[in-house]
Amino acid sequence: MTFQKVFVPIIAIIVFLLLWEALVWVMGWPNYKMASPSDLWPAYVKYADLFLINGWQTLWRTVAGLGLAIIFGTAVGMIMGFSKIMREALYPLLVGFNAIPKATVVPIVALMFVGMHDFNTVLIAFMISFFPIAVSVSIGLSTLEPEYRDILAALGANKVTIFWKIALPKTLPEFFGALKVSVTLAFIGTNLMEIVSPHGRGLGALFDSGKTNSDYPLMFAVLIALAGLGIVLYYVVIAMEKALAGWAVRD
Amino acid sequence: MSDAPLIEIKNVSHTFQTAGGPLQVLDRLNISVKEGGFCAVVGPSGCGKSTLTRLVAGLLKPDEGEVWLHGEQVKSPRATVGMAFQNPVLLEWRTILRNVMLPLEIVPTKTSKAEQEERARYLLNLVGLEGFEDKRPSELSGGMRQRASLCRSLVHQPDVLILDEPFGALDAFTREDLWQTMHKVKEQEPFTGLLITHDLRESIFLADQVVVLSGRPAHAQYVLDVPMDGPRDLEHLYTHDAAEMLTILRHQIEIAQGRAPEGSPAEPA
Repeated sequence: MTFQKVFVPIIAIIVFLLLWEALVWVMGWPNYKMASPSDLWPAYVKYADLFLINGWQTLWRTVAGLGLAIIFGTAVGMIMGFSKIMREALYPLLVGFNAIPKATVVPIVALMFVGMHDFNTVLIAFMISFFPIAVSVSIGLSTLEPEYRDILAALGANKVTIFWKIALPKTLPEFFGALKVSVTLAFIGTNLMEIVSPHGRGLGALFDSGKTNSDYPLMFAVLIALAGLGIVLYYVVIAMEKALAGWAVRD
Repeated sequence: MSDAPLIEIKNVSHTFQTAGGPLQVLDRLNISVKEGGFCAVVGPSGCGKSTLTRLVAGLLKPDEGEVWLHGEQVKSPRATVGMAFQNPVLLEWRTILRNVMLPLEIVPTKTSKAEQEERARYLLNLVGLEGFEDKRPSELSGGMRQRASLCRSLVHQPDVLILDEPFGALDAFTREDLWQTMHKVKEQEPFTGLLITHDLRESIFLADQVVVLSGRPAHAQYVLDVPMDGPRDLEHLYTHDAAEMLTILRHQIEIAQGRAPEGSPAEPA
């Protein structure tokens, strides 16, 4: 069981890296065309400080944006889940907002809050990731079978009690499904801000400096570092899901 | 037990506003159930049977007429009512024991946590679910879930038990098992029952009074008194008396469905 859950993914990653290395070697690509995994290690060693500092900046801003997305998305989802009128009013707005490419919002936000780099970045991470959470919570709440409400309502329970005891836990599996999507989206949001509107912070800025200096191994090393952070955050969400909504997971 | 009615439905009419215009489901319905009685309500599909349960539970206010429990008019839900539905609606994230104890978290009670747990275990034992206290609902069969749901509806010692087709989704053998469990439960945990069902055999096996509702909008078209002296076994369903009652009820249902002329031979003498 643990062997399957830990070693199989690790072996898959190693196989992927070997294939990548082989592809670059067979094609005889120089590292300014495509870097190979063996080029990455020197890059990590050379820029270890930068990776740590910028990785941390990317990480905390992503988590902050995601945190806001959870709070705001859940609140909007609750409003839409409990009120049909609000659902009909907010859905088109939300869909429209979600349809706007966030890359176009980045310069607007950067101008709007000039110099507030952390705030800007968190804001974009938040904007790109709250939509799945809001939709899933609203669907989870609005599709609650009336009997679930009735078993407590028939005893005189109020709406708040019904929400805490039944509606909220029952929506958790949908919530975590959305959170898995949102966590990667938040990452994209953070990096979008860091790359499109560079301000010298985060892995996005490191990527940008690699681009400016034609340091291809550095650029690839940043991409892999981002993938690594994404995997770590994703599995944090999985662990939370197991702890809070493990009853819904069937092996 | 007194003979005064414990559940009284007086001249109740109710109309729903639907997309297709107003839909009247109940029309001056009268039903009364004495304390300790068990009333089964049968009728054609969509005749407002489930609306009736929501009215008695106080989850819905009738447009006209009144519902009385215990000599008090029902205006809002009350903790002296227990409810079970066709869908057992167990909470998947709780164990069976904690599911059964759920009403005690809502209803004000003076008992300690340990006493509450003891009561839940006693009920689970009564319906044959001992050993399943710590299982999740997903690990139980449909019949077992319905048994757990029954325990939950009784755990706060309600006076009135409302059952909305609780055995409707079960296979025939499981259903008959549960009918016998109901008799056992009623003997140990006396209640006044209101059972909504589509199953005529179920109605005469469990209830001492069967009310046939007419087609929509429903009124009490026919009331059959079933002689009942304590728990019975399934043999009862194969007696001549049972066959006669079923014939009468079958005929009344046909009238309610608008498929038989009134006053044909099966009308009781």
